Amino acid sequence: MTTLPEYNFAYLDEQTKRMIRRAILKAIAIPGYQVPFAAREMPMPYGWGTGGVQVTASILGPDDVLKVIDQGADDTTNAVSIRAFFAKVARVATTTKTTEATIIQTRHRIPETPLSGGQIIVYQVPIPEPLRFLEPRETETRVMHGLEEYGIVQVKLYEDIARHGHIATTYAYPVKVEGRYVMDPSPIPKFDNPKMHRSPALQLFGAGREKRIYALPPFTDVVSLDFEDHPFTVQRFSARCALCDAANVYLDEVVTDDRGGRMFVCSDTDHCETRRAEGHRGAGLPQLGQDALEAAE
Amino acid sequence: MTAVFEGGFAEPVFGAQSAFRLLMDAMANPGRVVDLGAGVRGPAPLDNAAATVLAALADYDTPVWFEDEAAGDAAAWLGFHTGATRVFDPSACVFAVLSAGSNVQGWAVLPTGTSSYPDRSATLILPVGGFEGGMALALHGPGIESEVVLAPVGLPAGFFAAMDANRAAFPLGFDLLLVCGGHLAALPRTTRIAEV
Amino acid sequence: MYVAVKGGEAAITNAHRLMADRRRGDRDVPALTVEQIIGQLSLSVDRVMAEGSLYDPGLAAMAVRQARGDLIEAIFLLRAYRTTLPRFGNALPLDTAAMRIERRVSATYKDIPGGQLLGPTFDYTHRLIDPAMASDEPVAEPERRPDAADEACPRVSDILDGEGLIEPDMPDDAEPADLTREATSYPVGRDLRLQALARGDEGFLLALGYSTQRGYGRTHPFVGEIRIGMVDVEVEVPELGFAIRIGEVRVTECQMVSQFKGGAGVPPRFTRGYGLVFGQSERKAMAVSLVDRALRADEFDEQRTAPAQDEEFVLEHCDNVQATGFVEHLKLPHYVDFQAELDLLRTLRREAAEGRAFNEAAE
Repeated sequence: MTTLPEYNFAYLDEQTKRMIRRAILKAIAIPGYQVPFAAREMPMPYGWGTGGVQVTASILGPDDVLKVIDQGADDTTNAVSIRAFFAKVARVATTTKTTEATIIQTRHRIPETPLSGGQIIVYQVPIPEPLRFLEPRETETRVMHGLEEYGIVQVKLYEDIARHGHIATTYAYPVKVEGRYVMDPSPIPKFDNPKMHRSPALQLFGAGREKRIYALPPFTDVVSLDFEDHPFTVQRFSARCALCDAANVYLDEVVTDDRGGRMFVCSDTDHCETRRAEGHRGAGLPQLGQDALEAAE
Repeated sequence: MTAVFEGGFAEPVFGAQSAFRLLMDAMANPGRVVDLGAGVRGPAPLDNAAATVLAALADYDTPVWFEDEAAGDAAAWLGFHTGATRVFDPSACVFAVLSAGSNVQGWAVLPTGTSSYPDRSATLILPVGGFEGGMALALHGPGIESEVVLAPVGLPAGFFAAMDANRAAFPLGFDLLLVCGGHLAALPRTTRIAEV
Repeated sequence: MYVAVKGGEAAITNAHRLMADRRRGDRDVPALTVEQIIGQLSLSVDRVMAEGSLYDPGLAAMAVRQARGDLIEAIFLLRAYRTTLPRFGNALPLDTAAMRIERRVSATYKDIPGGQLLGPTFDYTHRLIDPAMASDEPVAEPERRPDAADEACPRVSDILDGEGLIEPDMPDDAEPADLTREATSYPVGRDLRLQALARGDEGFLLALGYSTQRGYGRTHPFVGEIRIGMVDVEVEVPELGFAIRIGEVRVTECQMVSQFKGGAGVPPRFTRGYGLVFGQSERKAMAVSLVDRALRADEFDEQRTAPAQDEEFVLEHCDNVQATGFVEHLKLPHYVDFQAELDLLRTLRREAAEGRAFNEAAE
């Protein structure tokens, strides 16, 4: 029986890295277009970030500083698991600070702190095809993208307005890239869509189970689909973060008791910690005041 | 013939990774000139940058076409270091190593992808005499905040028409790498090129 | 008292420790050995090798043990290990005609050259739980028949082919596709379909095969032959100029004889379904052969009306490692997107309530 192997740097073998690197370059040359790639089985399950992990593993070098977040937080279990994976197979430096990271792998959020040139954000994507739930067949959706035939998306949005008075898509909200490809931004809340438009950072998207890679070079036009009389709008929170008092950030709703008590806190934990370190304080728990919050820290 | 067996990455894993990051940076920021260094050397007609790109990305899944028919040594070097095969039919290649003063009419048969799969297209490597002092090009498009100016020396006749036609065919098209010594700049198919 | 949640890392470490404890179980009970699993749970090992797409009984047994008997988890372990292995080359196609047969049956003929050999099968057992399973009763050693290596066992499909009654088996020198190395784009060839089905989930393919028998894409199947046994693995060595045997694998091969079809200038003949699977995996090989035939609908001008005939549907959903990953990922935090849905839902309900209040005020 074979002895178990020593792993190559960042786990993937060099042939796999080359294949993924070639796909990334084509993806950058064709913004918003889904490049098929021969995704490998990874040691974490499909659907749990294998696409993002393969992209990160293919670009990562020993001098990079890696941040991994899930739902905006560094400490959610899957982010912890992926960060530990890279620490083990690449011995790469890791950080929770957005400003210190050279590569940020993310699930479902874009950090509140604007990214800068030279940073790379890698999105974990479950279903890369924006038309998938309107047309399940890949054979059909390939042709639609090829011919720029996106009528079914517009029809879906229109039907939402007719039925609900609003477009009913609140996350994974489809965007048009450089006026050509309709793209799924991954299940980020539509609140985050504007951050993708003309970002100074390079944005890479990896879908492992569906075997697709796509990309947005820096300063790429990314426009959320809408109608002239129903323009795209983002979620608005009336509350501020209970811990750091931030406004105009995406908030998590936390249920604090069984009588309907709730509070809202920053989804982006690094943003929240940074603000608190700078001295900002929120209103704290609904019933308790500032003292209880400070006592707990 | 030892030149065939020499000149690959001293450290294959990290050498390929750092070369790729520079190349990705160039492709994501068209017109930016990156220095791939002198770590990888191949026989003529390969500039160091061209040799580095092929050493990092080519393998037995990527047929390579040489515009220069007398590229036997380079093809042998390529085969030894990467396992990539040389093809004599340009319409079958993934990488095209062009000659300085390339015959631009010949670019018409290079793969540009299909409507459903525009990624199944070639990457062209074109040697130039330098990145400053030649015809000034104003570059716009994804990867460029407002405008980048690049002035490559020794572009072949018909270059603008070919790049214009390539841009018009978007999303189909080829993607171009300009190389000089160890330096490289990328012109993906999305870049709009105008004379200054 | 609410404190920003920390401790994900500690929670994971503790969960792993608890799992290791549960996996080992009562320390006074002897631990399972790999030999026991290979020897006495061999059909579990066979399934893990087949769907893990890697022939190594020792590793598969370790995976079964590590997975606490969860076979899809074990298959996942083996697949992930497979990814790390360098690929040296390809074997020659297995020659199942030269199989050292342990079991061989045919439903299309009463008797055939080489005979019907039942082998170690559950087929005619009475499904009564045997009290002997609760202890370690001695089991008699089997009798060995004399080596039947020179007894010819021609394939039943070859017998039919000899009379021109079945579509010929067309040898093809083209390089077979490999879905583990190339991205799939539909429609695909039969080689890639068979690869996907061989790796596919037994339960899913069993259900699809069953559906074809109940009218969802009927193919009138008969088992031409099932054979199970050891087959040599040979590799061509360029420096030597000939092939050498590097080992052997146990495989199950099912040739399904299906609905006859004719065409322009071609008299009607039986058609084929084929299944080849690692190990003694008869149910799986039969299911694969039924689905294989159903997916060949275009070749026989059959209308694709049934799920088993839908190539993209079958191939995209037959991989249980992908399936379990995506189904189970629903456990991961999704609270950011859920928050977005809550926000919209509350808005819609508020607007509906305001609309009703407005209408009531207007009355």
